[in-house]
Amino acid sequence: MDGFPRSAKIWLVVAWAALIALPWYGLGGIPRGVPAWPAVVQASAGARGWLIPLILALIPATVAVFGRARPRLLVAAAATAILWTVIEGFAIVHNGWGVAALGPWFADPAPTQPALGWGALVFLVAMLMLIANGLARQGVCRGDVFVTGAILLVVALIALFVIYPALCIFVSAVKDNDGGFAPELFGAKLFGRPIWGIDCLVGGGACGTAWNTVVVATVVGVVTTLLGLAFALLALRTRVPMKPLIGLLSVLPIITPPFVIGLALILLFGRSGAVTIWVADLFHVPRTRWIYGVTGITVAQVLAFTPISFLVMIGVLQGVAPSLEEAAETLRAGRWRTFRTITWPLIRPGLANAFLIAFIESMADFANPLMIGGNFTVLSTDIFFAVVGTTHDQGRAAVLAIVLLTFTLTAFQAQRAWVGRRGYATMGGKGAAGRATELPGGLKALCYGLALPYLALTVAVYGTIMVGGFVESIGRDNTPTLRHLITAFSIEKGIGGWFLSGSAWNSLVTTFEVALIAMPFTAAIGIVVAWLLDRQRFAGRQAFEFLAMMSFAIPGTVIGVSYILAFNVPPLALTGTGTIIAIAFAFRNMPVGIRAGIANLAQIDRSLDEASLTLGARSLRTLVLVLLPLMRPAVTTALVYSFVRAVTAVSAVIFLVTGEYQLATVYIVGRADVGDYGVAIVYSAMLIVLMLLILLIIRLGVGLNRPGARPVRGTASLTPATMVQP
Amino acid sequence: MSDVTTPAVELRGVTKRYGDVTALRTIDLAIDRGTLVTLLGPSGCGKTTMLRLIAGLERPDDGRILIGGRDVTLAAASERNIGMVFQSYALFPHMTVLENVCYGLRAGGMKKAEAIAAATDKIALVGLAGYESRLPSELSGGQQQRVAVARAIVLEPEVLLFDEPLSNLDAKLRRHVREEIRELQQSLSLTAVYVTHDQQEALAISDRILVMNMAAVAQDGSPRALYEQPESRFVADFIGDANIVPIEVRRIDGPLAEIDLAGLVLTLPHHGATVGAAELAIRPQSVGLAPGAGAPGTLPGRLATAAYLGSHMEYRVRITPEIELFVVSPDVAAPLKPGCDVAVSVAADGVAIIPGR
Repeated sequence: MDGFPRSAKIWLVVAWAALIALPWYGLGGIPRGVPAWPAVVQASAGARGWLIPLILALIPATVAVFGRARPRLLVAAAATAILWTVIEGFAIVHNGWGVAALGPWFADPAPTQPALGWGALVFLVAMLMLIANGLARQGVCRGDVFVTGAILLVVALIALFVIYPALCIFVSAVKDNDGGFAPELFGAKLFGRPIWGIDCLVGGGACGTAWNTVVVATVVGVVTTLLGLAFALLALRTRVPMKPLIGLLSVLPIITPPFVIGLALILLFGRSGAVTIWVADLFHVPRTRWIYGVTGITVAQVLAFTPISFLVMIGVLQGVAPSLEEAAETLRAGRWRTFRTITWPLIRPGLANAFLIAFIESMADFANPLMIGGNFTVLSTDIFFAVVGTTHDQGRAAVLAIVLLTFTLTAFQAQRAWVGRRGYATMGGKGAAGRATELPGGLKALCYGLALPYLALTVAVYGTIMVGGFVESIGRDNTPTLRHLITAFSIEKGIGGWFLSGSAWNSLVTTFEVALIAMPFTAAIGIVVAWLLDRQRFAGRQAFEFLAMMSFAIPGTVIGVSYILAFNVPPLALTGTGTIIAIAFAFRNMPVGIRAGIANLAQIDRSLDEASLTLGARSLRTLVLVLLPLMRPAVTTALVYSFVRAVTAVSAVIFLVTGEYQLATVYIVGRADVGDYGVAIVYSAMLIVLMLLILLIIRLGVGLNRPGARPVRGTASLTPATMVQP
Repeated sequence: MSDVTTPAVELRGVTKRYGDVTALRTIDLAIDRGTLVTLLGPSGCGKTTMLRLIAGLERPDDGRILIGGRDVTLAAASERNIGMVFQSYALFPHMTVLENVCYGLRAGGMKKAEAIAAATDKIALVGLAGYESRLPSELSGGQQQRVAVARAIVLEPEVLLFDEPLSNLDAKLRRHVREEIRELQQSLSLTAVYVTHDQQEALAISDRILVMNMAAVAQDGSPRALYEQPESRFVADFIGDANIVPIEVRRIDGPLAEIDLAGLVLTLPHHGATVGAAELAIRPQSVGLAPGAGAPGTLPGRLATAAYLGSHMEYRVRITPEIELFVVSPDVAAPLKPGCDVAVSVAADGVAIIPGR
């Protein structure tokens, strides 16, 4: 057998370089002093002897690569190196033994080491790639190094940034506040009254947070599904020209920061809200705080998530071929009978899907309950207050996160199982031709009855946000003013030239920076995962898919808490950096890229890949030269949506921001929290307009996201529905 | 690399399963250099699977595959010396004709200028000189097909694989393109494996045909041998729409057998049949019909249906309640009418005994 390909040799050299030349410890900025020493120096001069095995492991690896090719030896050596890095990383931390039980076995004083740095990371990646080389040599993934390496890298990244933080939650949940092991406390917290109490039914107090969350999510799920169905029926089964409305509804949920609707509802219906004051003056009704609490949360979430249900239902309804309805009519069925016996049974599975998606979204929603929840707590806000509140109980936060995660993952599994099982709405092959049957009159009226109030309220909400920032104090004092705009976004000329003096600039610039940094990574990992899932066959593919898509179902709050728990201390310390925010964005928005990629790949015939292979191109070349040029729509979608979603995200990052890395959304929430509504509204409006502009420019540029557009040969157009359906 | 006597492609005991379904069952096959071998059979018979196994797009569960004497069983498609023409042509839609044809050369590490020269040469060979900068979407189906061929042969592969290359062309063009493919294959003395389900296409272009059925090779031979001496009911039926009728072998005499077909006695090559019940394949063109009844050496029958197809007539003739013959007659000037009695004769060169029953 001949030797390893060149890539193995390059990675081996990289690994040696990482040990010899790169700073082993300290990420973020340029490390100085002892931590900046490379591993070989740390091991000798720094007396960190536990790094010696890493150097030793590289010797057999070198022999395996440069001598007669020995793939098994290579895999064993590289895997040992990775395993040892993990073990020593957890065993020896910044303040001594990471595992207390190790103490008595070794001499005092306990050794210490800072968090891992670039040297360590590059070394680990190189080891992973050497394993890929060794495995591919043994016939894994048809001997394809690139595919093997891509799978290993993605799995490692998901393990590090999704699984490991989640495990940290479980560990934290069984500890008390001082870090001691306290399983009995865990039980008390997990099954205690604050979470599962039913006092609102039998006692007279408040019910447990878990019940609150489930009830709100169920109501929101049902209402948004019905509203979504009503809109979809009006759009596809009447002659009403709905194209512009569809376009608008499809972008609103993406460009709107999640708290905006809650904020607008307060400004309209709060105790000093515009509508409240108007009604109070007119009918002499006392002003109340009725909107705060379960009502407000439900209304806000219904407003926020109906567009998502609508997009799901549009997809479902488009799957019902009009020719089926035409066939029913030629068989003497009237319009009502056609709807009842043909259309309805075919879309029913879609309803369950839409319900589960809204259910998950509602449970994961953090910003609206925070904004308008009052004393009514749901799991996501409870987690937040457990971390930042006066009690500062990380164990409680962890327990709440476990409950919330269990709920959303269960719903997510149910939704996947459901969608996987019921595919018949899209069956029937061709037959999209034909004209859709009109809705029966009564049903049409019902749809209007549901849709119009929703539209009116939506117009009011967005109107409030757009206008509210340009009056003194909306509702109370409607004098027009630019005061808030100037406070937030003024630009002044100082000694050194023009500078951004407004209070919002700092967070806006940071947000765009971090979102832009996260953007290419999010898109790249999403597209690569999509390609692996759609085009490669390998053992464990289903588990891989579940892992990759799971982050959709992990609520942002849970991600935030888990990142604090996982990355605050060595071996990997990232909190307080912009990097961790970018990483949070990347893994939270990864499913967007995956879905866009899979939808796009489904439109590219597999024979193109095969033709490329038979022409002597390997998988990497095929991906870069054949598939990527044809996946431009997916790449654009992934880039744009990951950016927009990053800019509008709140829940995950609210735990991760610092004074240095303040983000737009968190800043707005903070302003609203202290009652500075003027700036909050102006800033929200600014974000919405900016995001809308970005989407419009992209849409004009590449023809992205036109619902109902037919894919052109060789290219693909992606509807936003791909973005919301997990 | 290897001498002329080494088969271009060799399959040794190749088996392929998809879950519980066996797609190919222990296939042994050697393909000689410079020949065009067709894999012919109904859909699901395993012919495409065999082609994809040779290409390296699938892996066998068992057995070895050799190309040019080299064992490539575990090699990826990109590491095998093959060229493939896909049913959909699989032209890269974002590349021009020239870029498509250059693609494999560049992947193999050839310099750009050399690649362009070689590609231009092959584009001219398939008659598309002047079309180099067109996109596939700007070409007709037939032209796209030629680009696909040029893209495959420019690599000078050990074996050229065709996966139903004509099925996306209309009937008129199909005959023309298949002649072109055959001509090209012979003038460049290429080794080719050709998959089709169209028996006429297979007969027209092949040196050798493998008729496949149910994951196995039903018969392997020259077009003439397959047509004239089908070894099984399946092959007789699949190639040339033969009528299969029950017969009685009465006597074996040297290479010949005396048979009884519903009372008509014929003497034919026995093809390994033994005395007793057997079947006879009768080509529709070999049955003679004359109005009236009762001439010696004929069978009495009644015409059930008659259809005029321009170049010929198609009839169904009932001989006995069990035996009905499909007949093609070139005589369109004096067609027979349904319901009339006819005398049925069978020409000995269009019938073959299928042994065993």
